[in-house]
Amino acid sequence: MTAHMRLGFHAPASEEELSHLIIQAAETRTPIEVLGKGTKRELGHPVKAGAAVSTEAMSGITLYEPTELVMVAKTGTPLAEIETALAENDQELAFEPVDLAPVLGYAPGEGTIGGVVATNISGSRRILKGAARDHVLGIRAVNGRGEIIKAGGRVMKNVTGYDLGRTLAGSWGTLAVMTEVALKVLPVQRESRTIICYGLTDQTAIEALCIAAGTPFEVSGAMHLHADLAARMSDEELAGQGAPVTAIRVENFPASARYRASGVRQAILAYGPDLELDSERSKVFWGDVRGLKMFQGQSNPLWRVATVPSQAAKFIGNLTRKIDVRVAYDWSGGLVWIETPALTDAGALDIRRQLAEIGGHATLVRADSRIRDGIDVFHPLDAQHATLSAKLKHAFDPLGLFNPGRLYREH
Amino acid sequence: MSTMTLPDPDRAVLARRNDVVKQLKKLVPNALLISDLEGRRTYESDALSAYRRVPLAVVLPNTTEDVSAILSFCHDNHVKVVPRGAGTSLCGGATPLEDAIVLCLSRMNRVLEIDLTNRVARVEAGITNIAITQAASQQGFFYAPDPSSQIACTVGGNIATNSGGAHCLKYGVTVNNLQGVRMVMMDGEILDLGGKCLESAGYDFLPLVTGSEGQLGVVTEATVRLLAAPEGARPVLIGFDSAQAAASCVAAIIASGIIPVAIEFMDRPAIHVCEHFVPAGYPLDVEAALIVEVEGSEDEIEYLLEKIEDIAQDYNPISMRRSQSAEESALIWKGRKAAFGAIGQISDYMCMDGVIPLSALPKALDEIGRICRKYRFDVANIFHAGDGNLHPLILYDANDPGQLERVELCGAEILKLCVDLGGCLSGEHGVGIEKRELMYEQFTDEDIDQQVRIKEELDPSWLLNPGKVFPILGRDALKLSIDLTDLGAEPGAGERAEAAEVAAVEGEGTR
Repeated sequence: MTAHMRLGFHAPASEEELSHLIIQAAETRTPIEVLGKGTKRELGHPVKAGAAVSTEAMSGITLYEPTELVMVAKTGTPLAEIETALAENDQELAFEPVDLAPVLGYAPGEGTIGGVVATNISGSRRILKGAARDHVLGIRAVNGRGEIIKAGGRVMKNVTGYDLGRTLAGSWGTLAVMTEVALKVLPVQRESRTIICYGLTDQTAIEALCIAAGTPFEVSGAMHLHADLAARMSDEELAGQGAPVTAIRVENFPASARYRASGVRQAILAYGPDLELDSERSKVFWGDVRGLKMFQGQSNPLWRVATVPSQAAKFIGNLTRKIDVRVAYDWSGGLVWIETPALTDAGALDIRRQLAEIGGHATLVRADSRIRDGIDVFHPLDAQHATLSAKLKHAFDPLGLFNPGRLYREH
Repeated sequence: MSTMTLPDPDRAVLARRNDVVKQLKKLVPNALLISDLEGRRTYESDALSAYRRVPLAVVLPNTTEDVSAILSFCHDNHVKVVPRGAGTSLCGGATPLEDAIVLCLSRMNRVLEIDLTNRVARVEAGITNIAITQAASQQGFFYAPDPSSQIACTVGGNIATNSGGAHCLKYGVTVNNLQGVRMVMMDGEILDLGGKCLESAGYDFLPLVTGSEGQLGVVTEATVRLLAAPEGARPVLIGFDSAQAAASCVAAIIASGIIPVAIEFMDRPAIHVCEHFVPAGYPLDVEAALIVEVEGSEDEIEYLLEKIEDIAQDYNPISMRRSQSAEESALIWKGRKAAFGAIGQISDYMCMDGVIPLSALPKALDEIGRICRKYRFDVANIFHAGDGNLHPLILYDANDPGQLERVELCGAEILKLCVDLGGCLSGEHGVGIEKRELMYEQFTDEDIDQQVRIKEELDPSWLLNPGKVFPILGRDALKLSIDLTDLGAEPGAGERAEAAEVAAVEGEGTR
């Protein structure tokens, strides 16, 4: 006799319990919404599922070896708890995960580490230290057959079998329910310094950012903010300029960070560096960026676009002729946050039309549900990549139980 | 007799050899097709040379379209394909099969684009690892992964095995430095994944492809990350009277918040052999030595080396030598990088590639010594200490019948130990045929099934590099014991080290 899965919310406390639930779901073909704390639930399409499974009861750091640069945690562990434990040992997640919780109406750090990995959300330091997925060493998970699987491990290097851990990073809970992640962690950067230029055009700013990122000074943040977004930052001097702000960060131990800052300044002298933020102000500025302070407290649609850095300014230039946008470039132009007016499609058509020419993809991070219902929140795939993705999905979740409709609308 | 078997060839395919060759010639007239026996013999093994199979034919394509045509033909005619770069795999990742063609990418070795604004290089997969850095070094950039074989190995092979190198503690391994690939699927479909953007839409297939040992598709082009070269780099060479002291010193350096660009560990036999081969001034009166390298401006380097030396003082170093010049740095590295060649001069060796948590190093070295004594082999250990990647080099005589099987069992026991200590079977060489049957030591049936399901989605007929990575003999096939009673008394540890030294000094080899 088949045991029926209870509809509604489940928070299994162990892998075995989770496995049991998924086996029940498989037997009864019950689709499941996969969640951590649900802080990114408003990102993407609503999942059409009768039951929700949260990892929140599988919580806690299971191994932390600071001298081996490794932390293993159950996926329901709140990000804030992870970061507190790391900070006690002067370590951090070097990929500086952007905290989407505040722009989506939740408290900072409220999301889980599983959510960070599942969405592969990386911050400004991405250009130097890599993405969230680059810091994933291993995972444990339950697949769509209810089987408990692991991949990778807790050591830095591992080419023993296929790298399923990094493959699950960024899969938005659609392939398997991760239960534990092993992450590479790194020492905190003691000193942070930021070179600021005011008033550069987008094109000029991106040039300067790319030059800086190509110096040996290990630039760990390369950002350009339109004036109206700069005005929303905490630093009063930057906010009060009424001008676009270009910001380039270097880090390391104090003497080194100062040296690197002078090196970067020299490299972009032609762009007229106006100011150097000391460590405290620099940390506040990049802390703002991490929490997307420039987009908090707003309701306008917010896009996250990955593109080719050298093409980013042209992309925005063309887009500006179509719609009124506020823009923050990160990753020396490789990542573009765009606030658009609350149009019916939030500008999706224009944004994606431009990207089709220059390369890149756009995700609608924030918009009310009426807008999200009408468009593809995640960048639509061409037929070839959609077929490939369907094969990967089938290998993990053959019955299509996990997060149906979350990434792509069912047509 | 050895512990590794290769799948039996498909007689029907062997019988069709002439026809396959003829059709391939017609299909890709500009590709180099090697069909004579002598020519095919050149490709009969990779660097795991104990295993040889003469392939059906060898094809060296010039273009992605060639690769597509070849794969499509092989797909339709059920011919297996073994992709190959430079054939430097130490674990049989490119060991041919008699009923397979070898698809060798070495002619596709061009740099397609150096784009310094976006800090990427686009290259063909058959280019050597070092050639990427050479193409960008004039402008002050480099490609970070630096496997020891970098003058020979290809970037395609690096992708297949997710290669690292001595400097990956800071810069990461191939997967962390790869932004895109063009690859050809077994049915001939050409696919682009990633590119100049740091992220692409949908699932991220790059980590799946990287380290998949050529089993999911054939990579023909890569877009790799270029980094600005540091202003300078210099190592300090520190000798200790125990492996424990060296391991504790590494932990203390990392705990202090310093991430050196490389931390290399060598044990006594490794030091002696290297020093004999390249007189780099390594200390000979120590049990373990560390090469710790830092980068940056002169001032940054001085500051970091001073801090590292301060930390090392707590672990009673026997010797400490800070490189004072580029020449001295090069010499210190030359000794280390020559390790494999140096040991190859005195003996055949089997190079293991396990990974362990750093804290387990002293225990691992003790146990490795014990295991090797049990099998009557000498061993030298080289260790990427920062990231836990351990390379025990087990010295044996390939001409002595019976030693191959014994050395393989010895190696298997060492790898099992790595897994038991919390590590894994392979850090950067891959599984290939060498560690295939050991996968069960690290994985459950469910773990392996999940990987196999992906393989079967992308190559349902198992035509692409079959017989590698996944166990084919079943869970009970691997027996980790043989009768050692005929081998005489165990040599003592002292005798062994001495023997290694004598061999090194006199240049005596078992070859």
